[in-house]
Amino acid sequence: MASVPRFWRGIGSRYNLEGTRCNECGEYFYPPRNFCVNCRRVGHIEPYKFKGTGEIISYTVIHTAAEGFEDQTPYILAIIQLDEGPRLTSQVIGNPENIHIRMRVRSVFRKLGEDGEGGMIYYGTKFVPEHE
Amino acid sequence: MTIGIVSYGAYVPRYRIKVEEIAQVWGDNAEALKSGLMVYEKSVPDIDEDAATIAVEAARYAMIRSGVDPERIGAVYTGSESHPYAVKPTSTIVAQAIGATPNMTAADFEFACKAGTAAVQACMGLVSSGMVDLGMAIGADVSQGAPGDALEYTAAAGGVACLIGKNESEIAAIIEDTYSFTTDTPDFWRREGMPYPEHGGRFTGEPGYFKHVTNGAKGLLEKLGTKPKDYDYVVFHQPNGKFPTKVAKSLGFTKAQIAPGLVVPKIGNTYSGSCLMGIAATLDQAKPGDRIFATAFGSGAGSDAFSITVTDRIEEIRNRAPTVSELIKDPIYIDYARYAKHKGKIRRS
Amino acid sequence: MRDVAIIGVKNTKFGELWERSLRDIVVEAGAGALEDAGVGGKEIDSLYVGNMSGGRFIDQEHIGALIADYSGLSKNLHVPATRVEAACASGGLALRQAIMAVASGYNDIVIAAGAEKMTDVGSEEASSALSAAADREWEGMTGATFPGLYAMIARLHMHRYGTTSEQLAEVAVKNHKNGSLNPIAQYKNRITVKDVLNSIMVADPLHIFDCSPITDGASAVVLAPADIAHKYTDTPIYIRATAQASDTIALHDRRDITTLDATVVAAKRAYSMAKLRPEDIDLVEVHDCFTIAEICAIEDLGFAEKGKGGIVTANGETAIGSRIPVNTSGGLKACGHPVGATGIKQAVEIVTQLRGEAGQRQVEGAEYGMTHNVGGSGATAVVHIFSRER
Repeated sequence: MASVPRFWRGIGSRYNLEGTRCNECGEYFYPPRNFCVNCRRVGHIEPYKFKGTGEIISYTVIHTAAEGFEDQTPYILAIIQLDEGPRLTSQVIGNPENIHIRMRVRSVFRKLGEDGEGGMIYYGTKFVPEHE
Repeated sequence: MTIGIVSYGAYVPRYRIKVEEIAQVWGDNAEALKSGLMVYEKSVPDIDEDAATIAVEAARYAMIRSGVDPERIGAVYTGSESHPYAVKPTSTIVAQAIGATPNMTAADFEFACKAGTAAVQACMGLVSSGMVDLGMAIGADVSQGAPGDALEYTAAAGGVACLIGKNESEIAAIIEDTYSFTTDTPDFWRREGMPYPEHGGRFTGEPGYFKHVTNGAKGLLEKLGTKPKDYDYVVFHQPNGKFPTKVAKSLGFTKAQIAPGLVVPKIGNTYSGSCLMGIAATLDQAKPGDRIFATAFGSGAGSDAFSITVTDRIEEIRNRAPTVSELIKDPIYIDYARYAKHKGKIRRS
Repeated sequence: MRDVAIIGVKNTKFGELWERSLRDIVVEAGAGALEDAGVGGKEIDSLYVGNMSGGRFIDQEHIGALIADYSGLSKNLHVPATRVEAACASGGLALRQAIMAVASGYNDIVIAAGAEKMTDVGSEEASSALSAAADREWEGMTGATFPGLYAMIARLHMHRYGTTSEQLAEVAVKNHKNGSLNPIAQYKNRITVKDVLNSIMVADPLHIFDCSPITDGASAVVLAPADIAHKYTDTPIYIRATAQASDTIALHDRRDITTLDATVVAAKRAYSMAKLRPEDIDLVEVHDCFTIAEICAIEDLGFAEKGKGGIVTANGETAIGSRIPVNTSGGLKACGHPVGATGIKQAVEIVTQLRGEAGQRQVEGAEYGMTHNVGGSGATAVVHIFSRER
């Protein structure tokens, strides 16, 4: 699913929603960016830890899984807007029947995947309905 | 010096399987099992949950309850008999996920069902010696019961984290003392590389659970000069409902004392989380000044007894994170096939 | 800058070409286009080839050199060959590079080819290779698939504009009908709305019949300066605009996920360059990797009001013989989608139509045609406008 170093270098972001913010224009970035898309070279990027709450912008229920996700079908994939503004793609744990656009969600810690039975396990953030 | 629980957090997965559902697969008598075990259903992890994710969720709830800066934590110890890696710590995952890294120590514990309380004792030692400011002790498991084995009816998933500290204004429950009783008694084991544990059947009872729990509890009562009636609540390791009920009675505790912490009938045996889950459920409802007596048991075998007094602080922190009863309400019941998939008992080829 | 014309075109058969390799199909397309143009090897100044993922599909990189070699352009002629990659827009981008080479005056006769051999790996591995066109770290690693990303576009489009699954299905129905008239199409069977809605769900609300297939195929066009095009052919087709635009790699970072801003901007640049408006275009090949993608495309290219793409399609306005025929080739859906070839195949279809050689699927009196090729979920868009008259 990923190489170990590639995953490891993003652990802070994957576990704890560590992103960035440009204190020149005020925009928040998750996934983190180290170069502001608005201010470019005059931007000042600093670390920012997101609260982990937000709402669903759009979603789908995946029946034909991506490689490595076969045991999870059907799974809900959503674009989530964090309360600070940026959007990300994540799985949402829940009943596909109850999911809807603008639903409030919060982050939880889950397994994202693994490199087979003997390989590295990838942990990180998924979302659940806010009041579950 | 005062040492105690600064905060605690519990986590139980949402899924449950009923004893009836397992019994119908193996042709067992569900009614007899339920009355024999005093267990009616057990928690099952989601397909993407394991001991590490459960430990993280519990530790995060403990952090939310405490409100402390995670950088103050000098040690994270996670007890489990289902660590996702045989080699590579669960505790580093937890420490990173609660923001405690990097200026701290971490290690994983294993002592069957009492690895969590062993972690509590280790943290008490580090805190009281001044080696660390705060220590995070966790017991978490996605315990394994072999298909068709008696343990399959109870082997459940869940975890509890306790933040241990010595700053009196921060302590929600003082741990007055602890006492352990340990012998080499092979009542239950899992060999390296094997998927399921094996056990000595009824040998796990008298020579295992009852001998160690009784001696551990008596040892602490004698050390402190306290009696069962001095306590408002009592918690014992709960592999099923029957064992703790029986040992409580033999030691002179009442049904009323044991009831609030007896969570096993609805969620099963959460192994390293089991006794701590009972303590957490008790702290969820105890009043300042209440005293709690607790004894954990781990096969192999040993017991850790604790005498705890709740402080005023409990009222301030209790509702900052979900209580055990909130965590276990609204379960999703699944059938044996789904349970087998979640537990990796059946695999896609 | 010089005006540029297309003087030769060729598509291979599209489909599961079990007996043929990447080099086999590229040579067929390239040689066919050169034959169509009446151009000899010595006249060729350079070759551009669109190929998304030779590395993943056939474990072969250095595709430009491979193709030049097997096309007989290396050993004696040493023709420069360049592979161009922009995921599913690789073909469109190869065409654009070739146009710029001729327009600039650096080259005269240039081949723009596109090819993908996708069936040498299993469908799971092919899907995995395709998903590399999305953001691997922040989309792929969460379990996102391409149908999943487009399904989220569809879900919001339905929520916001009232687009229905039936309207999405109408795209597939129309494209299968067009495909049935195209000899090279992968699928020539006609389907109904009910067939689409009853097909298995891949990523809700997209069914398997809402998705383009996995296809082998190659396409090639030969370009020349417009001033000398008549030396080679009686029916040169002229490039009126070449435009390209980028957007964020991840769908979640877009301004609005129901609009492909890269398409909007590329189209705006193309209309401006050609001094034309949407009403002037007689037919268009759009990037219908999924049915929702065609709905968004006709909106974003200016052929339907935003949110009305589904209604316009269901009304039949995009059928051959109607207001704006869309995907007369059968589109990615029915003609097939060999990812690197698609952008070139679109140009071959427009040239064929503007020459008046499209047979049963001919759009009568077509003067202006457009192609629209998208990479990923919309991070790259390439738009070309072609005309019959210079």
